[in-house]
Amino acid sequence: MAGELELGETLDGFRIDEQVHSGGMAVLYRVSGPPSDFPLLMKVPRLGHGEPASSLISFEVEQMVLEALEGPYVPRFVAKGDLARVPYIVMEQIVGRSLAEWVGRSPLPADEVARIGAALANALHSIHLQDAIHLDLKPSNVMLRPDGHAVLVDFGLAHHGHFPDLLSEEYRRPIGSAPYMSPEQIAGGRSDPRSDLFSLGVVLYELATGQYPFGTPTSERGLRARLWSPPLPPRAIVADVPEWLQEVILHCLEVDAGERYPAASQVAFDLTHPEQVAVGDRGRRLRLPGTLTILRRWIRATGYEPPEVPRPSATVSRASIVLAAVASTHTNEAQADAIREAVRRIMAAGGHTRLAVVSVVKPTSDLGGDTEQDTASRQRIRHLVVLRHWAETLQLTAGQVSFHVVESADPAEALLAYARANQVDHIVIGAPPRDVALRGMLGAVSSRVAPDAAPEPLSFFRLLGTVSTKVAAEAPCTVTVVRARSAG
Amino acid sequence: MRIALFADIHSNLDALTACLTEAEAEGAERYAFLGDLVGYGAEPGAVIDVVAEHAARGAVVIRGNHDAAAVAGETDTMRDVAAAAIDWTRGQLDARQLAFLQGLPLTVREGEVLYVHASAEQPSQWIYVSDEYMAARSLAASGGARYVLSGHVHEPTLFYTSAAERPVPFTPVPGKAIPVPAHRRWLAIVGSVGQPRDHNTAASWAMLDLARHTLTFHRVPYDWRSAAAKIRAAGLPEFLAARIERGE
Repeated sequence: MAGELELGETLDGFRIDEQVHSGGMAVLYRVSGPPSDFPLLMKVPRLGHGEPASSLISFEVEQMVLEALEGPYVPRFVAKGDLARVPYIVMEQIVGRSLAEWVGRSPLPADEVARIGAALANALHSIHLQDAIHLDLKPSNVMLRPDGHAVLVDFGLAHHGHFPDLLSEEYRRPIGSAPYMSPEQIAGGRSDPRSDLFSLGVVLYELATGQYPFGTPTSERGLRARLWSPPLPPRAIVADVPEWLQEVILHCLEVDAGERYPAASQVAFDLTHPEQVAVGDRGRRLRLPGTLTILRRWIRATGYEPPEVPRPSATVSRASIVLAAVASTHTNEAQADAIREAVRRIMAAGGHTRLAVVSVVKPTSDLGGDTEQDTASRQRIRHLVVLRHWAETLQLTAGQVSFHVVESADPAEALLAYARANQVDHIVIGAPPRDVALRGMLGAVSSRVAPDAAPEPLSFFRLLGTVSTKVAAEAPCTVTVVRARSAG
Repeated sequence: MRIALFADIHSNLDALTACLTEAEAEGAERYAFLGDLVGYGAEPGAVIDVVAEHAARGAVVIRGNHDAAAVAGETDTMRDVAAAAIDWTRGQLDARQLAFLQGLPLTVREGEVLYVHASAEQPSQWIYVSDEYMAARSLAASGGARYVLSGHVHEPTLFYTSAAERPVPFTPVPGKAIPVPAHRRWLAIVGSVGQPRDHNTAASWAMLDLARHTLTFHRVPYDWRSAAAKIRAAGLPEFLAARIERGE
């Protein structure tokens, strides 16, 4: 079977140009072949005498999963070689650096940990939505592109809900990388996307403190210790770790998958909005819990069973992020009420839906305020007070709702950018009034256009009227355009 | 070569028509009918005619236990509703249609593929491949076929062999092409065209692509109201109409 390939040799139309890596499981070559707008990498497994059969199955899994995945967060799949003949995968060579390079410099500052963590969480969310789970997330399996995007590599232990799980039956022992493995994986569970969130928590912990939260156990018993023995709080190791970051990290590291974030998009959301993280005891604690608590955890761990997950995307789809575009100075109470009722119905569907209440206001400089009342921060607080009041009767918990005032002269673009950056699943936005098509007043646009204000140039109203249309046309997700029921 | 697979049609012409239409649109190059053309439903003659037309053009057609019962009139091992439907069916078929059923083989082997209605272990005993153990026995009796394609059990399932040759079940996701490389062995239960029982009323069929080595399970919504109305109009047991209305 395949061994090392000769430079200059051609395999199925791909010429071997350079060996770029020779690892324990596989050899990587830079290859050239049919014209493509990205460099090509060929991965060839080490097979044959002395190589474990598991590496072939793992390679089969990687071929299957990588071919099925799409998007910028995984290497683009180009071709594969028949396992019975010459097994290989040709894929995009990621231009960037391995996250492992960052680990050497850890502990890193909180903002850098958050930036990398959010990039990683976005990448995970993308594959989870496609019904895949990586199950071997660790710094050496992540590449960071120069623009900051994270790319997941090495899908040899991955699970894809559309395909038979070839690995689940081959191993009686847990498979994964010991420091990063989730409790579910240790118990043999391979179908829960929240397993990747646990590993993400380990990576964040490592970047923030320079240490592994659970060490590097080599025995199965050692692995199981993380089911009951909690990690030292990051702030006990590096005092500079902010409470919000510790909250996020320990939230990812909860033993029960159901206690973790329900979806990677919500981890990314918290890491990009530190001020909105609901910090609890988890974020503040500075030492390990007492003996009694640990004893209790130990007793619970003895009966541990991983949760049943029918399909990876099933948990993720119940954990959506809803954006409500709300005017922070109401000019149209009926519409604000109608948007709130639409949001209430969406939130009532259950699951772990989070709500982001967003108001787009014109940049402060344009408002031309000259009194103290109109300074930027005062403006901002006033808008936030209105948004919070708007949401009060929804009776959501602190971790479930967040409030955002975005300054922009282009409300539609601002909402779209927010939705894209935050993996929003559903936008709720007000429609322009039916009887004044051109004077469409969008919920998200602030105040200064009151019904009794002096007439504005027609073009300005035309612009406003197109906001919800533009959002509906270009949003990456579902959009509900809300109009209050009129009497006539 | 793309082979469209249909099992357990059970005299449901509405469901069969919907599946055939989709298979054609998906580019089927060959057709295989994996047994139980008749039984339960109200249009046995019309279903046989459609299948016989395909057979004349080279389709594979396998005998199922309901087909055998309709020919022989032996319903001793059947439940009451099934037996009642077979008795009714026999009265609906003309000599040509009965002869067609009578001529059907229990298995067909073509290269790496074995077509069989139930387990390949004693095909005439109609053994249900209901778990890993039964799948292992069917594979063991398949004469080394890489792909064993069956029906009889109505829930779509794909068994794949692990490195230790042990079959493992997988419940397919409709419409997703599953890689089925030839270095493993596969046993597919393609699901029922005419009487789905997994709480989904849509008809099941599957497509095996031997060039790409993929297998795709499909579900097609069809007019089960029409099929149920015909069952009632024929005076067949009410249970059989209610069953396809609920997909169970």
